[in-house]
Amino acid sequence: MTFSRRTVLGFALLPLACDSAKPHEGFLGLTERLNDRVQHRLLRPGKLAPQEPESAVTQEGEFPLYKVADDYPEAPAGWKLRVHGLVKSPLELSLAELRRLTPTRFRVRHHCVEGWSAVAAWHGVRVSEMARLCGADPRARFVEFRSFERGQPSEDAEAVRYYSTWDRESAEHPQTILAYARNGAAISREEGAPLRLYSAVKLGYKMVKWVDEVVFQPVRTGGYWEDLGYEWFAGV
Amino acid sequence: MKSPRAEQPLAVRITHWANVPLLALMAASGLQILAAFPEMGPKGAPAGWYPLQGWIPPAWMRAGDWLAGARHLHFGIAWLLVANALVYLIWMGTTGEWRRRAFNPRRDARNALDTLAWYVRLRRSPPEQGLYNGLQRFSYTLAIALGAVEVLSGLALYKPVQLSPFAALFGGYDGARAVHLLGLAALLAFTLAHVVLVILHPRALASIFTGGRRT
Repeated sequence: MTFSRRTVLGFALLPLACDSAKPHEGFLGLTERLNDRVQHRLLRPGKLAPQEPESAVTQEGEFPLYKVADDYPEAPAGWKLRVHGLVKSPLELSLAELRRLTPTRFRVRHHCVEGWSAVAAWHGVRVSEMARLCGADPRARFVEFRSFERGQPSEDAEAVRYYSTWDRESAEHPQTILAYARNGAAISREEGAPLRLYSAVKLGYKMVKWVDEVVFQPVRTGGYWEDLGYEWFAGV
Repeated sequence: MKSPRAEQPLAVRITHWANVPLLALMAASGLQILAAFPEMGPKGAPAGWYPLQGWIPPAWMRAGDWLAGARHLHFGIAWLLVANALVYLIWMGTTGEWRRRAFNPRRDARNALDTLAWYVRLRRSPPEQGLYNGLQRFSYTLAIALGAVEVLSGLALYKPVQLSPFAALFGGYDGARAVHLLGLAALLAFTLAHVVLVILHPRALASIFTGGRRT
């Protein structure tokens, strides 16, 4: 096993290198990269999250609905989902068109980075199905999901779009969908209407709401919370 | 004849003292993570048994400043703590040191009860002991077991889906979260008792610095 100079330095400066304000750097950045790799290794593409019983479903009103904008955003008129990037044929799909694609439904536990869990049933189209329809290139090892919600990452910063980038394997997990219904009803504006990302294999902040773009890409980009310091992989 | 062994060989002293900052950082970053959702039980179904619902540990008990910082600290230091534990356990196994350190109910149970009786003034004199008395062996072994519980419940929280058998062990994600916190409380209680008792027995305190007598 060989260690890069950066690795050796990272450990040698351990007491100085744990700066929690910059968790992507120093010793913490080093272990984050290690943890990202371990998490990726732990992900088994065929392994499904257990189906929760109907009785475990979180009561209406108790499932937290977070946002980064001041108000829950309203879908722009003529909203369509754009799927593009390293693909054979880019797509533009209306909600009606999405609803005609093969649906997937599952009832699973949601894990928030804050530590709470909640249960709901989700209904939508697999991201793997979108990848197949647009002919996503295997070299596109990452998928960026973009929202039309805009938020200010800090008080003096300009508002940016909410987004998050995933590893392709998690994005194409059988329980990763672009969801348009929850607990049997169309999702509300607060829940991410008209379309939101939902997955059983990631923490909540990776599941972009109010989605309008899916980009298959060969490079790893960040995310709204990831750019602020939250871990990138965030698998569960 | 085997060469004489120190009461606290160098490997024990190093791994013991390495635990102090590592465990403190794990506990403090863990409490900062708890502060983001200081409740037990899933959303909409708070656990009735938990008396501290909503209680946020005071700032001096927390490390990492904010949730992301604390999580990076927790999942970074965890590697060092587990590495330290592995060095200790492998060393114990290969040198046979565990024989005079680990709790063996058949040998130590009686002695542990007698020592406890002496501590609570139900007995006039302490029972005979070698390196450790039975109660020490019991509590040190218990602390290691608690460490194992923290690692297992921690893995269950980190990967409740990919490592779902670990979560199942604790009755699911929220069960694992409760065990992880109770394990911390138990380790904290152990540490307090450990510090009080070692102050009452200064010779034991000296030996964890110097190695102590060779026997």
